[in-house]
Amino acid sequence: MNLLGLYHYWVFAVLLMIGFYAVVAKTNLIKKLIGLSIFQAAVFLLYITMGKISGGTAPILQKGVPDAIFSNPLPQVLILTAIVVGISTTALGLGIVVRIKEEYGSIDEQDIQETDRQ
Amino acid sequence: MTALDAHLPALQVVVPLLIAPLVTLLRPRGLAWAAATATSLLTFLISLTLAAGALAGEIQGYQLGGWPGPYGIELNVNSFGALLLLVLTGGSTFALLAGKASLDQQIEPGRQPLFLSAWLLVLAGLSGILVSADAFNIFVFMEISSLASYVLVGGGPDRRALPAVFKYLMMGTIGATFYLIGVGLVYMMTGTLNLADIQVRIQDVTDLRPVLVAAGFITVGLGLKAAVFPLHVWLPNAYTFTPHAGTVFLAACATKVSLYVLLSFDFVVFQQNLVGHEAQFAAFLMPLAVMGILVASAVALFESNVKRLLAFSSVAQVGYMLLGASTVSLLGLTGGLAHMFNHALAKGALFLAVMCLAMRFPSLELDDLAGAAKRMPWTMTAFVIGGLSLIGVPGTAGFISKWYLISASMELGGAGWLLVAVIVLGSLMAVAYIWRVVEAVWFRQPGPEQADIREAPVLMLIVTWLAALCNIYFGLAPSLQIKLATDGARMLLGGLP
Repeated sequence: MNLLGLYHYWVFAVLLMIGFYAVVAKTNLIKKLIGLSIFQAAVFLLYITMGKISGGTAPILQKGVPDAIFSNPLPQVLILTAIVVGISTTALGLGIVVRIKEEYGSIDEQDIQETDRQ
Repeated sequence: MTALDAHLPALQVVVPLLIAPLVTLLRPRGLAWAAATATSLLTFLISLTLAAGALAGEIQGYQLGGWPGPYGIELNVNSFGALLLLVLTGGSTFALLAGKASLDQQIEPGRQPLFLSAWLLVLAGLSGILVSADAFNIFVFMEISSLASYVLVGGGPDRRALPAVFKYLMMGTIGATFYLIGVGLVYMMTGTLNLADIQVRIQDVTDLRPVLVAAGFITVGLGLKAAVFPLHVWLPNAYTFTPHAGTVFLAACATKVSLYVLLSFDFVVFQQNLVGHEAQFAAFLMPLAVMGILVASAVALFESNVKRLLAFSSVAQVGYMLLGASTVSLLGLTGGLAHMFNHALAKGALFLAVMCLAMRFPSLELDDLAGAAKRMPWTMTAFVIGGLSLIGVPGTAGFISKWYLISASMELGGAGWLLVAVIVLGSLMAVAYIWRVVEAVWFRQPGPEQADIREAPVLMLIVTWLAALCNIYFGLAPSLQIKLATDGARMLLGGLP
């Protein structure tokens, strides 16, 4: 088992955990959203990685190259959709943060909780 | 109609999806509401036809663009899906029909078209999950419905909705992303996203470890979305601060649709292929279900806001559904699926009554509602009927599913008696927290400031009573939900038809 050769998957796991840590541990709402974006980006990487074959090309028929090795394009197409979803989520999240700032005057979770308790 | 019949599974999603952007253009007062209600009613009629087909035992598949699966995108309405489609579209229609006055009260006219457009997107997304036979499409529909439901939750006048919706967005996105990781791992091992095809091809997979990891990710991710205890923390605040009409809709169906995906994956895809999955599934989810029932009911006992009280009760009810599923028996699954239908009826009626109350009372704290029944007897009688159904009193819908759950627990033998005890204890706590509301509104003296409070608007009352009477009707004649639930349970246990 070539552990280093699977470095894409290590990067996936590390990024996933960095993002997750930021979502859980940070109290600043913008930082939480950044964490969420990293978290989602890690999954994009997982999908892209699984479709890639070393030496593989784009799946296009070429003259003179009858059986070219090509990478699976489907995960990339899927992740294009997931990226759109990710952007929408981030945009909506940022919109909510703007509204929170307008209403509470702060974007820190603890401040907001204290304001609500009063 | 017959030519259209074949397209109904697709129309179920397409109709609300197409009308949602049009609704934003309907600026004149009340027009957007009329359009959204008519659309919702139309989807309800479609789902009635689909349910009739499922009752007749038809397999209602649909190939988009005529491309056969697994290459094309397939839709598939099974009995379980048809049951939840009824709940979903019915809940939406009831909430919209009754909610006109409440929406006018809570959302300014200029923003109503946008709010109702988001409503239809939730409806389209959740219907999409229920008709889809493709793991990735389920993810996309899940995100459509989630993004739109964040707008629903945050659309109200209360600013505390904003932190609640932010938390919901965070946890919802993490849940959906976990699901996406799981689907990716399954795709890696099988090379397909079509659920029926995954089930066939997974049998040839020799290294099952990634599939096991996928099962973990999918179960936890969807558990988050379905508010399975202890992943429920987003739910109480989100339900409490949603505009009242939105609460009726979301409380009746949102978490159940996630449970549908969870059960479909765990039973149809993983159950027959992973060694010992049955035991792992039960050992993981049964304790969570039991704790959910006990802890959430106990919290509801001490909650002073009626909406929060009912929201915690919803977490407990998710526990009952999961408890039925985690017995992995026909009886238990039937009970769990039927409970989805019955709970939607009970909680729908209760939240409709709360919406009526909120029309006249600015605060929904129990102390501020003292003696409300003197002014609004019709509303509060409907609340009591919904409450009886939630408790599971014989003659109401809630009794039917709890009876199934108790029978399934007894089937398990020794340890099953503990589950029976849990169900009975949970129901007793439901008696107590419903009683707290009843005691406050029926038996306390109203304050002087209530002198000019009248009954809720007539249309709202009629719909609330319709929902309350449904609880009694389906408690006395439960053949519809039991037949669909039994077929659904058989399908889950036996794999796809």
